[in-house]
Amino acid sequence: MKTQKTTVALFVTCLVDLFRPSVGFAAIRLLEDAGCRVEVPDAQTCCGQPAYNSGDRADARELARQTIAAFEPYDWIVAPSGSCAGMLRKHYPLLFADDPAMRDRAEAVAARTWELVSFLVDVLGVERVPQTVNLHATYHDSCSGLRELGIREQPRRLLSTINGLKLTELADADVCCGFGGTFCVKYPDISNDMLEKKTAAIAATGADVLLAGDLGCLMNMAGKLKRQGSPVRAWHVAEVLAGMTDDPAIGEGT
Amino acid sequence: MKPTSHAFKQNAREALADPQLRRALGNVPTGFIQKRANARARLPEFDDLRDVARDIKNHTLAHLDLYYDAYEQRVTAAGGQVHWAETAADMRRIVLDICRAEGARVVTKGKSMIAEEVALNEHLEAAGLEVVETDLGEYIIQLRHEPPSHIIAPAIHLNKEQVEESFRARHAGLPEDRKLDDAPALVGEARQVLRQKFLSADVGITGANFLVAETGTSIIVTNEGNGDLTQTLPRVHIVLASIEKMVPTLEDVTTILRLLARSATGQEFSSYTTLSTGPRRAGDPDGPQAYHVVILDNGRTAMLGTEFHDMLRCIRCGACINHCPIYHAVGGHAYGWVYSGPMGAVLTPALIGIEEAGHLPNASTFCGRCEEVCPMRIPLPKMMRHWREREFERHLAPLSQRWGLGVWAAVARRPALYRAATAFAAAALRLVARGRGRVSWLPLAGGWTRHRDFPAPQDRTFMQLWRERSHG
Repeated sequence: MKTQKTTVALFVTCLVDLFRPSVGFAAIRLLEDAGCRVEVPDAQTCCGQPAYNSGDRADARELARQTIAAFEPYDWIVAPSGSCAGMLRKHYPLLFADDPAMRDRAEAVAARTWELVSFLVDVLGVERVPQTVNLHATYHDSCSGLRELGIREQPRRLLSTINGLKLTELADADVCCGFGGTFCVKYPDISNDMLEKKTAAIAATGADVLLAGDLGCLMNMAGKLKRQGSPVRAWHVAEVLAGMTDDPAIGEGT
Repeated sequence: MKPTSHAFKQNAREALADPQLRRALGNVPTGFIQKRANARARLPEFDDLRDVARDIKNHTLAHLDLYYDAYEQRVTAAGGQVHWAETAADMRRIVLDICRAEGARVVTKGKSMIAEEVALNEHLEAAGLEVVETDLGEYIIQLRHEPPSHIIAPAIHLNKEQVEESFRARHAGLPEDRKLDDAPALVGEARQVLRQKFLSADVGITGANFLVAETGTSIIVTNEGNGDLTQTLPRVHIVLASIEKMVPTLEDVTTILRLLARSATGQEFSSYTTLSTGPRRAGDPDGPQAYHVVILDNGRTAMLGTEFHDMLRCIRCGACINHCPIYHAVGGHAYGWVYSGPMGAVLTPALIGIEEAGHLPNASTFCGRCEEVCPMRIPLPKMMRHWREREFERHLAPLSQRWGLGVWAAVARRPALYRAATAFAAAALRLVARGRGRVSWLPLAGGWTRHRDFPAPQDRTFMQLWRERSHG
């Protein structure tokens, strides 16, 4: 019989590490509140998506190897990002299709890797979060989380348990915001067109807060909202679920 | 047509600056997407049918040689003739030879993307033939000397006013006071002109949605009935198809047909599903005297067994295009050749080369909507990534990108160095942002900051803060 707490290794993700540590701390708070012990493996950097999606398979494999080695000792691997969790879950095994030993290790890690909010709801059975706010929010479904991992209801369910949070559905919430990793700098004009459609849809909700589960998409949308002079503030969904909205929103000064 | 895929970026910029095009493209998401979703919701077994359809095509592709032979035997037995065209030039030559041997002057055409792919019209016209497109959309763009901008809705980039303008410019004797300000009036006008062409044509050319090995039948689906008139009225019927249209049996066709129209236009079935098997037989009331099928390879068999094999399952429904946010932004012409959207991003490099079409598989955010709606379950984003890998291996990707990626990966593979580098980057960016939380200009990040601010790091890195917290 297992009596000790579930141990979760947090895959911080490179964007959270560099740009928004509070998302990492929010994840830790949510996991600890749900009864987990959280560890942060030291040898983690980036999941390798920039290389993988640029066709640089060799570097992607090396980063996957490093990440697998860092995380395979743990029961569960959780990332506050559908995109990075999707990379570990869906793409790492494909990277080692021709290397049975590595593929087995990749599949073992993939099977234990979860995006944060779906881990809370689907694995830990979290039904509510004890927060009280006064916010009118809308939620954007980031593509990888939605289509690779099936994350849609989980964040909405938890958000609906926050006192004082009104959630208005975003039109075309499932349409890409135009980030796409390096896409947004390789094809800036197309990206901007997609982004303008997104911020127009956000404005049409009347919400004063934008939430999503991936920091890349959030930085893209928040950067545009700021450029447009919009009053809409952007937070990672984990920050709101963990009651950490006292800090400035993404792209806001102190 | 001569590809301009290499100029995708420039094409896209022009498209984004074209207000009329943007209005026309605005209708794509609201029309096709909702209709497909409704059609899918009304058919509970839709997703199971996708698995069955995928398996049918996989099986066929694994035994393509056998089914090709069987198909050819059946067509020959029915009195028709099958021609194999290895290249676009071969197909043009074969079709022109048939037209010449028949003494043809006027050729009518049903919609055929294969004809677009091999640039057949220009070739036949240069040889003195009159070629008339009979699909309304194709007819309109033929008048305007434009390529199609969508595989199932070739004139979707145009509005009614532009169509009226084209008819007035090109239809001799059209009274100036004739009202042509709505769709029925435009259709009526086109029908009058096309009816004469149907009756005077010597050769009718159609495409094919399926070639059926069991029976030697070719099948087209249309909504206008123009395909039927194109293939039954002239003396000669020529079917243009590519090799991956093959399916084993009529039963297989019925399975895939249940997916095709629903995925394409949200209809349960297209208005016309037309089967043709050989020329007119003794006792048939109508039909052509001669029946030819020209089957094009043009690089497709070279895709078999490669990482692009699955693309050969494509049934050209256009669902991936209809759901693609990149297509919604720039339209079909920006892709610079015959095929656009996600299916074009995978197929075009295979047919005209990654050197010409390298932008296409790169211009994707991998949002995955295309794969989600593909009735044949083609992993389109995965194959776009494979094209990027080919480019990377062959050093076709821009040097700046390779260099940046190389430095970044070298650092990311050394966690201690990476910690130091990110700690430095966080400090530097915060310094630049000076407490504003964002910057509006950054060196080497012009693509980002041209259109949006760049959120600055909130604090020191997570790893710095975590270490402090956990080690006191």
